[in-house]
Amino acid sequence: MAQAVAPSKEMTFGEAGSALAFAGLALLSIIIAAKAYTPEYAFHAYLFAAASVAATFAIVNRYYERPAQLPPQTIGGKPNYNMGPVKFATIASVIWGIAGFTIGLLIALQLAFPALNFDTSWLSFGRMRPLHTSAVIFAFGGNVLIASSFYVVQRTCRARMVGDIAPWFVVLGYNFFIVIAGTGYLLGITQGKEYAEPEWYADLWLTIVWVAYLLVFLGTVMRRKEPHIYVANWFYLAFILTIAVLHLGNNATIPVSLFSPKSYIVWSGVQDALVQWWYGHNAVGFFLTAGFLAIMYYFIPKRAERPVYSYRLSIIHFWSLIFMYIWAGPHHLHYTALPDWAQTLGMVFSIMLWMPSWGGMINGLMTLSGAWDKLRTDPVLRLMVVSVAFYGMATFEGPLMSVKAVNSLSHYTDWTIGHVHAGALGWVAYISFGAIYCLVPWLWNKKELYSMKAVSWHFWISTLGIVLYISSMWVAGILQGLMWRAYTGLGFLEYSFIETVEAMHPFYVIRALGGALFVAGSLIMAWNVWKTISAGHEAEEVSQATQPALIAAE
Amino acid sequence: MPAAYKFFAEFAQTWGLLYFVGVFLTVLVYALAPSRKDRFDEASRMPLQED
Repeated sequence: MAQAVAPSKEMTFGEAGSALAFAGLALLSIIIAAKAYTPEYAFHAYLFAAASVAATFAIVNRYYERPAQLPPQTIGGKPNYNMGPVKFATIASVIWGIAGFTIGLLIALQLAFPALNFDTSWLSFGRMRPLHTSAVIFAFGGNVLIASSFYVVQRTCRARMVGDIAPWFVVLGYNFFIVIAGTGYLLGITQGKEYAEPEWYADLWLTIVWVAYLLVFLGTVMRRKEPHIYVANWFYLAFILTIAVLHLGNNATIPVSLFSPKSYIVWSGVQDALVQWWYGHNAVGFFLTAGFLAIMYYFIPKRAERPVYSYRLSIIHFWSLIFMYIWAGPHHLHYTALPDWAQTLGMVFSIMLWMPSWGGMINGLMTLSGAWDKLRTDPVLRLMVVSVAFYGMATFEGPLMSVKAVNSLSHYTDWTIGHVHAGALGWVAYISFGAIYCLVPWLWNKKELYSMKAVSWHFWISTLGIVLYISSMWVAGILQGLMWRAYTGLGFLEYSFIETVEAMHPFYVIRALGGALFVAGSLIMAWNVWKTISAGHEAEEVSQATQPALIAAE
Repeated sequence: MPAAYKFFAEFAQTWGLLYFVGVFLTVLVYALAPSRKDRFDEASRMPLQED
């Protein structure tokens, strides 16, 4: 291995190709900005141009800065893991989380005190609401999923992530998509479809990023040193693959022009509605469920230092979940123009989903068997276990609400909002917090978190917040549903709509209080993460992530 | 069009159903076969066996 002369330094195909592609994209963006139909679209084109120029410079600069050889696959027989992109996505998730929760708090307060939109179009509920949902689901949740998937796939395959530029392209490109989507909502650019609001050009960009994500993940799995593909990777793969299919299916749109942000979908009416909710419910099933189950299957065994309770159950519930979720979407369209048989089909599959969902819950909880005492001493594990309990609760409530008779009462009421937040705050956010609390000391090579007491405070404050949130929304939703369907003896509706709105006020205030507690908890987490990175005690072991500048000659 | 609808509906209700039951049974056999017990026991420890 001894090398007398330094090897000549050459740009890789990836470096040269992506630098050229970004230069081309910058040029195209400037042309679009110049000819754009609306100033909002021109603004987005300029953002694309600026980001592309920055990317070109970053790639070329990185080439000049780096040593001639790319980082080795292994150092001293151990895999040389690539954790830079994981670190970025972890930090991004904390920041986006706080932003998304705060916007949620704002719109919760707007519902209680409508003056809080300050009479501006930008802060109106209709624009802030998709900003909130996208920020928490795609920005916060998405970054947690990308960070954890890149971490877990490398560790369980014992292989360095595939690609040099590609992992960074996935992380940065995804976050750029978030910026385009979010600013678009504020400026009024939207497709008006829940969880699929971004317009055609943002969708196109996300498609490219997502294909790169799939390739990096798959490539790393194929490079694995372990013969078996660990179950968490199956869940991650199902999440990545299905989201790709859903995204392409639900965004089959044709833009008005290259210079217009507006596009139209190729189908319309009830077909469009069905495709939208096939997409929408599977965003829940594959983004918010499969992806976070992958987190559960890695981080809970790791933290509890116990093997997965039943590996066989994990295989059975994985395939059952995959095959059933895809059919459940029509339950979002009960009592609409959708054919009755399709509604019933959606309902039946939703009820059947209860089994694989609880298979996962039981497997997650029972992994603690023999280690239950750790719940008393480890607040991080407590966060994750409570999240699995919330998963069980939300996936029991969901099938119940999909039953047509129940849905006739619950649909369009705040019960739905309560249900979603039991899943989103209790399950998705808590398992994410658990993963972040695990990842930060591992990634930055610290012995432990800066303050376990702060984790405990985060846990109790936000748990109180969730309880206030979902219980107030249950009461509000059922009250609302009953008021809407109340008739007088003469057959007239007993309440006008505005009376039902008035009746909601106290519950909206309680909900906002719950939201405020949840935001407070996330701020404690951000402080703790910051202190762990900047002032935590170093772990004794030498970090995996350190890469020697030179390879020692033998 | 109604003929096509009838064809696809009948196909889904017969062969489609059989296909899904078949896939599910295959998964059950794969997961529960006693010969794979050791492999799966080992796999359940994968997160714990890193360096």
